[in-house]
Amino acid sequence: MTTAPVAVQPIPRGTLAGRVGRRALDWVPALVVLVLVFVVWQESIAVFHIKKFLAPQPTAIASTFWTNRHELISAGWFTFQEALGGFAIGCGLALVVALVLARWRGVGRALMPYMIAANAIPIIAFAPIMNAWFDPFSKFSKMAIAAVLCFFPVLVNALRGLTSVRPQSIELMQSYAAGEIETFRRVRIPTALPFIFTSLKIATVLAMIGAIVGEYFGGAFTALGVLIDSRSTTFQFKEAWAGIGVACAYGIAFYLAVAVVEWLTLRWVPSTGE
Amino acid sequence: MSVVTVEGLTKRFEGGTTALEGIELAIEEREFVSLIGPSGCGKSTLLRIIGDLIRPTAGTVRVNGKPAAQARADRDYGIVFQDPVLYDWRTVAKNISLPLELARWNRHRRNERVQEMTRLVELTGFEGHYPWQLSGGMQQRVSIARALSFDPALLLMDEPFGALDEMTRERLNLELLRIWEASGSTMVFVTHSITEAVFLSTRVVVMSPRPGRISNVITVDLPHPRTAAIREDPRFFELVTSVREALHLGSDLDRKLEAPTAVEAQP
Repeated sequence: MTTAPVAVQPIPRGTLAGRVGRRALDWVPALVVLVLVFVVWQESIAVFHIKKFLAPQPTAIASTFWTNRHELISAGWFTFQEALGGFAIGCGLALVVALVLARWRGVGRALMPYMIAANAIPIIAFAPIMNAWFDPFSKFSKMAIAAVLCFFPVLVNALRGLTSVRPQSIELMQSYAAGEIETFRRVRIPTALPFIFTSLKIATVLAMIGAIVGEYFGGAFTALGVLIDSRSTTFQFKEAWAGIGVACAYGIAFYLAVAVVEWLTLRWVPSTGE
Repeated sequence: MSVVTVEGLTKRFEGGTTALEGIELAIEEREFVSLIGPSGCGKSTLLRIIGDLIRPTAGTVRVNGKPAAQARADRDYGIVFQDPVLYDWRTVAKNISLPLELARWNRHRRNERVQEMTRLVELTGFEGHYPWQLSGGMQQRVSIARALSFDPALLLMDEPFGALDEMTRERLNLELLRIWEASGSTMVFVTHSITEAVFLSTRVVVMSPRPGRISNVITVDLPHPRTAAIREDPRFFELVTSVREALHLGSDLDRKLEAPTAVEAQP
């Protein structure tokens, strides 16, 4: 019997330029919204005579940024390094602990309620404590806050991913007499990857929040959080807003970097692959 | 030497349900044996015990003359489930070569074997596809190719076509017969379908539920190689009728012997 396999055709992927073009078109509505928000912001401040120092116009913020760009960008870089360090430590530890808890379920069952409860704690409240534990002027005190913030969501998601494997997938590995490490490597970890990446993207945001808010409670003068905080208390709101803009830019870049790694890693997932 | 020998096999699950009782079965080389019976007769459990995925309560199971656990460690059998159980993150080629990777074949040998296997299940050209890009029937063919990739002497199949539509099922039945004849494996095939069992098998093992027992064994004396035309052969109808009667007899016997329980034996 010869049946030509015609039931399913390869998904047409098109040229790279074509795909980028289609992606760009997808973004048009969002860009329109962004432009509209800035226009309304800019104009309403003039129309409603809002005090300019309370809510500066976007153009004023932009020109303040431009004047102070070297200071702002290097302050942002300083804070970003803290966020990145905290992200690496917190996520790294979370993944290791998740592997341990997935392997020894008894330990997992004993600890899981506390992990989930810890997820609900406003960990940022510990920021002043972390500043007291570690040198507030070193990057490490902010990394500690960022790491604790990243830890729990990554742990909970990774553990859920590692344990949500279908029983038959495990039976198949057993039928090949595959060992525990093989099963983790070839089944549990790949199954968990989409869960893990979702939590890593959340963790990028949390790490930036941790670093900046940590700096509000004291930090090096070259740090972005300190800069935003000191400019706000001295009524230099344009500078503060420019600092917030820089924080947003670093945060979005961080998130996108992880999203790109996710896209490269999870090519096989229908929604990310296409 | 028998490929599979089951002696005095009993399986009781925690909670006291007896899934299987007093199973005696010997399967010879190159046989195609179907296990058929109503839900709860323990046919899937029996298959999993042969594969050493479940441990029996009593009795012995030998595969290729070895204890079942040893046979599993030696990768003496391939298994196909009702779900294809393909790994979504692996392409067709990588799914088929999974057991070969675990058996530490080198890349060159793996690639060669994957080519052979895709040709066998007629999926040449789809090696780079991911499972979600394939139809249900194609996914199941990948699953069969994977089970056969390392050339096991025994293939265990647990209702592999149960989730497919009737037309795909009949087509895959023919393909499976062709693969069986080409590969020279021994097949143990669990099914709900009487016609499927008769069409494919050299022997049909009829099971009855509560507790799961073998109530009859029917030898299928239809000629080989089988074609779709055999489904219209009078002898085919006779055999289908005798399997059907054996199934009903099994459940009548069951009713006479003990009061029906509400508990389903199948986990």
